[in-house]
Amino acid sequence: MNRREFAKLMGVSAVALSGIPLGITRAAGQTKGGTLNTIIQPEPPILVTALNQQQPTLTLGGKIYESLLRYSPDLKPLPGLAQSWEVSPDGLTYTFKLFPGITFHDGKPLTADDVIFSMTKLLPETHARARGIYSRIEKADAPDPLTVVFKLKSTFAPFLTALDCTTGPIVPKHIYDGTEYRKNPANAQAIGSGPFKLKEWVKGSHVHLVKHEGYYRKDQPYLDEIIYRIIPDSASRAVALEQGKIQLTQWNDIEMFDVARLSKLPNFEMTTKGYEYFAPHQWLELNNRIKPMDDKRFRQAIAYALDLKSMAQRVYFGLPKVATGPVSSATRFYEKDVKRYDYSLDKAKALLDEMGLKPGAGGKRVTIKYLTPPYGEIYQRAAEFIRQSLGRVGIDVQIENTDVGGWAEKFSNWDYEMTGNLVYQFGDPALGVSRTYISSNIKKGILFSNTAGYSNPEVDRLFEEAATSTSEAKRQELYSQVQKILVEDVPVVWMFEQAYPTFIDKRLKNVTTTAIGVHESFSDVSFG
Amino acid sequence: MTAVSVDAKGDRVFAIALALAGWVIKFIAVVLVIATFNFILVHAAPGDPAQVIAGQSGASDEKLLAQLRAEYGLDKPYPIQLATYLKRVVTLDLGYSYRQQRTVASLILERLPATLLLTATAFSLALLSGIILGTLAGVRAGKWSDTVLTVVSLLLYATPVFWLGLMLVLLFSVQLDWLPAFGYVTIGVPMTALQRMVDIGWHLILPAVSLAAVYLAIYTRLMRSSVLDVTHQDFIKTAKAKGLKQGRIIIRHILRNAMLPIVTVAGMQAGALVGGAVVIETVFAWPGLGRLIYDALLQRDYPVLLGVFLVMSVIVIALNLLTDAIYRVIDPRVSVRAAS
Repeated sequence: MNRREFAKLMGVSAVALSGIPLGITRAAGQTKGGTLNTIIQPEPPILVTALNQQQPTLTLGGKIYESLLRYSPDLKPLPGLAQSWEVSPDGLTYTFKLFPGITFHDGKPLTADDVIFSMTKLLPETHARARGIYSRIEKADAPDPLTVVFKLKSTFAPFLTALDCTTGPIVPKHIYDGTEYRKNPANAQAIGSGPFKLKEWVKGSHVHLVKHEGYYRKDQPYLDEIIYRIIPDSASRAVALEQGKIQLTQWNDIEMFDVARLSKLPNFEMTTKGYEYFAPHQWLELNNRIKPMDDKRFRQAIAYALDLKSMAQRVYFGLPKVATGPVSSATRFYEKDVKRYDYSLDKAKALLDEMGLKPGAGGKRVTIKYLTPPYGEIYQRAAEFIRQSLGRVGIDVQIENTDVGGWAEKFSNWDYEMTGNLVYQFGDPALGVSRTYISSNIKKGILFSNTAGYSNPEVDRLFEEAATSTSEAKRQELYSQVQKILVEDVPVVWMFEQAYPTFIDKRLKNVTTTAIGVHESFSDVSFG
Repeated sequence: MTAVSVDAKGDRVFAIALALAGWVIKFIAVVLVIATFNFILVHAAPGDPAQVIAGQSGASDEKLLAQLRAEYGLDKPYPIQLATYLKRVVTLDLGYSYRQQRTVASLILERLPATLLLTATAFSLALLSGIILGTLAGVRAGKWSDTVLTVVSLLLYATPVFWLGLMLVLLFSVQLDWLPAFGYVTIGVPMTALQRMVDIGWHLILPAVSLAAVYLAIYTRLMRSSVLDVTHQDFIKTAKAKGLKQGRIIIRHILRNAMLPIVTVAGMQAGALVGGAVVIETVFAWPGLGRLIYDALLQRDYPVLLGVFLVMSVIVIALNLLTDAIYRVIDPRVSVRAAS
């Protein structure tokens, strides 16, 4: 007896319990219709991606707000709102042609003016990451309503890589111009131009998106609606997946230790693709200001003492790839020919001995505090692995736990000895990598800056030159050089190219076809 | 109880009015002290809402932090923030959550019905079955049925509530597929008002039973010992000697007297039920107040956190007053205390 039969037996209307109304039709080879049920957690505070860039906001907001470009898994630009684009030979002028007939959810047309307003006025005011990129625009013009011309102050190679929906969401000028952006009452409606619009948001329960009828791409979106359910408990999320109540999970909806079990579900496919643009890079952050971590030999010893291959297996159940340096192999300008720190307790001990850190009572050489990142149980397991590994070479690690507020406060104010960090690469080393190592970004109180306090003028120079060079070959050469220097210096101990399990119902098509993955607009996602 | 009973009718009204005035003053004083204490506690936690947002956005800079801090009013010194807050409390203004772009009052009102439905159901369930089971165990003390009840209630008491919730989900949702595993209503299906009520009822069963289980164990054990206590009193012997039937003795004499400690404990726990629902609300994705508090705490959303704390303390104080009133109904020896 299942729930429906049981309900009938108990005299309950079966209508209320009839599950997902699919209502799928098949016309001209393309399956249309259907409701995608999925998860969002934690619950985002608002849905306007231009004003808030927390990860759940971006996942949901990606369906509501679009940007000029999308990106293929190997980070080549694809048409977004812009159907074509051109870069002048001097690398300073970028011209974008918009698709005709784009409308916002309130029916008003989206034109070049909205693009210029969003990218040169609103985003530089509200979006920390976009500010650093779009403030390089010297002049923006709209020769006609479907053409946007940006002229940069100086060459900036990754400009064309920074037009995705998480960095450059286009908002309606007629709603935001001249208002206090963060206090605009229209923020609650989240008016964008994406394939889905907000129908209902019951706080604590779900967010209901429905098809934007005026969407500019022919026949898209294929789905009728998407329901994001807020399920805060990871065990309950696993149950929802097992029961088929949801057809998609993303990011850390499913804990790594559940992946092997849930991968056996016959109706789901598990993939770790679709995170290439973000390429989350995980490392052990060492406060370079504090003895003995100010000594490169000590940092190298830690790199030798961590058996990352077995940590990837035991803690992360084989999902991530071991990182070899500051740049992820999933992104561009990766250099694989760098110094390697293969697991070796002897090498680690030799380095520590050489430094004069002799083992004292009980084999302890030094005691270091580790501030566990507060992003879930997996980080606690990782902390325990690190404590045991470093204990073997006489580094006594004491684990401290806190929550996001406490971690951010201590970490950003350099009030830590060792912690874990996970940083997105954003498709180009100039966007996501250099910020961790250049000395101009040593900023107290700011997260994801150069928090370790590493400083090397040569590294500064190489990163600077690579960001402004317009030759791909030249950039590769400079980035290869800088990666070799950094790997020798080990300002932080790189651990993993983090992978996230995305479970997709086998009937669903086109979920992770771009580098933006689950943050993508889903305009071409369909059942079958 | 050394309360002075006042017999004359006019004096009695006066005494009640005085007592009420005393309550109101006490009530306001307690609320203000609690509000101040809440403020200090909440701000003592490291980090602030701006840092949390930065920590979850993967990028940050000085301008973002300064903007957010100014918006949240965090750029002013603590004493000024506290004064602003107390002024608002006095004018019954719970404030505004910039993070959620909503007034705190609307956020709380939106979540309160779900929590009250869950906790009131669980509470009634626990209280009612606790009294019945406890009485049964008490009058059969020493027999096998008493032993079974005692062991079961001890087990329930020792079971972590989230574990029990998950086990019930595994059995009734995953294995048997009888009951929904999470949420409070089926989403995306058009329903009539009646269908919706029934649907919510189905979703309510598992969380309410899980939440009730622990409290049920407490009431059962308390009721059992209370019944045992009363059974050995002289007036019960008298009742037996009078030749009253067992059933009548239990209902008229034992129950009524044995209820007093239950009312005391239940009154104290009714307040805790609002907060105690955090775990159950999380496990069952129930959109209640408990989760609002938990999220607000992690996000350092001070206005929401302070607002919920305040509302909860008002509820707890009100419930304590209600307990006092119930005492007077059940136990005629307790009367309105005249202010001397």
